Amino acid sequence: MSGDKPKPAPSSRPACWARALADAFRRHPTLWPFTAMVVLLAWNVLFTPNFMNFEVHEGRLFGSVVSILQKGAPVMLLAIGMTLVIGLGGIDISVGSVMAMAGTVTALLIAGQGLPAPVAVLAGLGVALLAGAWNGALVTFVGLQPIIATLVLLMGGRGIAQALTGDQNVPFTSPAMEYLSTRPLLYLPIPIFIVLGAAVVVLLALHKTVLGLYIEAIGGNAKAARLAGLPVHGVRLLVYAFCGLCAGLAGVINTADIQRADVANCGLYLELDAILAVVIGGTSFAGGRPYLVGAIFGAIIMRMLTTMLLMHNVPTEKTLIVKAVVAIAVCLIQTPAFAGFMGRLRLGRARQA
Amino acid sequence: MKLPRKHVALLASLGVYVFLYAAASVYYADRNFFTPDVFLNFLRGGAVLGIIAVGETLVILAGGIDLSVGAVMSLSSVVIGMLVMEAGLPPAVAIPAAVALGGCLGLAMGAIIHYVDIKPFIVTLAGMFFARGLGFIIHLESISIEHPAYTRLVSLGLPLGGGHTLALTAVIFLAVVAVAIYVTRYTSFGRNIFALGGSEEAAVLMGLPVGRTKMLVYTASGLCAGLAGAVLTFDQSSGTHGAGVGMELDAIAAVVVGGTLLTGGVGSIVGTLVGVLTIGLLREVIVNYVGNLNSGMTSLAIGLLLLVFVLLQRFMTRRGAGAV
Repeated sequence: MSGDKPKPAPSSRPACWARALADAFRRHPTLWPFTAMVVLLAWNVLFTPNFMNFEVHEGRLFGSVVSILQKGAPVMLLAIGMTLVIGLGGIDISVGSVMAMAGTVTALLIAGQGLPAPVAVLAGLGVALLAGAWNGALVTFVGLQPIIATLVLLMGGRGIAQALTGDQNVPFTSPAMEYLSTRPLLYLPIPIFIVLGAAVVVLLALHKTVLGLYIEAIGGNAKAARLAGLPVHGVRLLVYAFCGLCAGLAGVINTADIQRADVANCGLYLELDAILAVVIGGTSFAGGRPYLVGAIFGAIIMRMLTTMLLMHNVPTEKTLIVKAVVAIAVCLIQTPAFAGFMGRLRLGRARQA
Repeated sequence: MKLPRKHVALLASLGVYVFLYAAASVYYADRNFFTPDVFLNFLRGGAVLGIIAVGETLVILAGGIDLSVGAVMSLSSVVIGMLVMEAGLPPAVAIPAAVALGGCLGLAMGAIIHYVDIKPFIVTLAGMFFARGLGFIIHLESISIEHPAYTRLVSLGLPLGGGHTLALTAVIFLAVVAVAIYVTRYTSFGRNIFALGGSEEAAVLMGLPVGRTKMLVYTASGLCAGLAGAVLTFDQSSGTHGAGVGMELDAIAAVVVGGTLLTGGVGSIVGTLVGVLTIGLLREVIVNYVGNLNSGMTSLAIGLLLLVFVLLQRFMTRRGAGAV
C-alpha cells in the first residue's frame, strides 16, 4: 500500500456519513420504527392508488392517512400504556379484556340506566382503572409474574363483561358518544387528539418528572432500585393502573365508534397488536428505557399495513402473515445478535480493504 | 416427612378435581353424572385441548412459552382438509404431513428463539399470526371433510368391556400423555428440560445441550399442535379456522391449574392431564348441567380457578423459598 497517496475525498465522505448515520440509529432507537414508517408511507404514496387523496366533508378531513390514525387510535392508546409496563420489565396481556369491560360498563349505563354519556364514560374509565390497579396489586403485593397475573383478567375480564350483558351486544343511542366518533376537531377526528393528549402527558411525566427515571431504574434492576430507596411498589401500581386507564379509553373509543358494546369482539387480540407495536418501537422486553414515540410509530405501522393491504384487495385474514414477518424482521434488526452480525460484516469488509 | 414441591401442587390439583367431580356427582345424581360413560366422554372432549396442553407443558417446563399452538392446530386441520378434499391424498398421507408441518413451524420458532435470542413470547406471538395467515392463504374458508376412511376412523374405538368404548381421540390423547410422561421422567432429554427451566445459566455451565433442548421442546409443541389439529378433524369432520382461537390461553390455564410453575423447572405431565380434565369438567357442568349458555360464565369460572391456583402456587413457592 502506498502511503504517500492522499485518500480521495469523495470516497471517504460517504463512509463518514454512513458512520454518523449508524451512530444516530444506535443512539436513538426510535429512528428504526420511524424509518420503517416513512418507507412504508413512501411505498404507499408511490404504489397505492388514491392513498394520498384528501377531501373535506362537513368540516372534516377524509382520506386513508386520517383513517389510519383514527382506526389505529385504540392500539396507539394501548401501546402508550403497554410501553410503560414493558419498560418496568412487566407485561399486561389483559388490555383487550379491560377494553371490553370499560366499553360494556359505559354502554350498559347509557342504555340501561339512562345516565348522561360523560358520567357513563367516567364510570367505564373507573372500572378500567380498577382493573389495572388489580393487575398491579397482584404483581406488586402478591408477587406474581406479570404474565400470569394479567392472564387471570384476560380470561376472567371478558367473562365478567359477558356475564353482565348476558352475552348480548348492548346497542345504545347517545348524541355525545356519536359526537366523539364522528364530529371533527380542527378537521380531524377526536380520537386522534385523545391519543395526542395521552402521549404528551406521558412524555412530560417521563422527561420532566422523576417518574421516568424511576421507571428506567426499576425496569433495569428492580432489586437495586428498591435498595436505593425508590418507591418500587407505588410506581408499579401506578403504571399498571395507568395501563388499565389507557385500555379503558381505547374501549370507550371503540364502543363510541360502533355505537354498541360488542362484548365478544371489543379489543379481542388487541393486546397482541399493542405488544408488537411496543416491541417494534424499540422498548426492550427485559425492561429499562421506554420508547414511547417509537411504540406509537409501531402502532401506526401495524395499522398502515392493514389499510394498505386492504386497498390492494388483500383479504384481512392474509394480512396476519405480513404483520408476523414485519414484526420478526424489526425485532431481528434490534437484537444484539444482528448488531454483532453487522459488526462482523463491517469488520470483514474493513479487513478486505 | 416433607413432600417435594411439585407433589404438593399435583395433590392440590387432584384434590380440587376430585372435590369438584364428587360435588357434581352428588348434585346431579339424578342425571347419572357418576357413570363411566360420562367420564369417558370427558376424556374424549378434552382430547384436543389435552394434546396441545401436553406440548405446552414441555415448553413451560423448559422456561419458555408457546402462544402459537392454537393457530398451528387450526392450520393443521385446514391443511388436512385441503390435502384430502382438494389434492385427493389419502388421510394416511395428509395427517402425517400436517403433523410434520406443525413440527417444522415449532422447530423454526425454536431456532429463532435460540440463535437470535428474541423472547419466546414475541417469537411465538409472531408465529401465531404467521400460522393463522398461512391457514387463510391455503384455504380461505373452512373445509368439510368427506372421505370413507374418515368415517371409518371416527367410529373406531377401544372396547373396554361392559359395553363401554374409549373413543379414538381419547386413545390418542392418553397415548400422547403416556409418551410425554416417559420422555419427561425417564430420558436425558426430559432431565435437560427440567434443568433448562430451573436455570438456563446453570444448564449452560453444566454443559447440557441447551440449544438442542430448546429447539426440540418447541418442535414437540408444534408436533402436538399438529396432532391436535388432526384429532380436531376426527371430531368435527372439517378443517376449521376458528377452532383454535383462544386455545393457547386455555392450554396455558390447564398447565397452570395442573401445578406446573410458569417460571419453568417445576411441574408434571400428569398434573396437566388433571388440569385439562378440571377445565373440561367446569365447562361441561356450566354449559350442559347448569344450562347456562352464556360463554362469559365459563371464562369467568376458568379465570377464578386460575386465580386460586396461581395464588396457591405463589404461597407455596414463597414458603419453599423461605425454607431454603
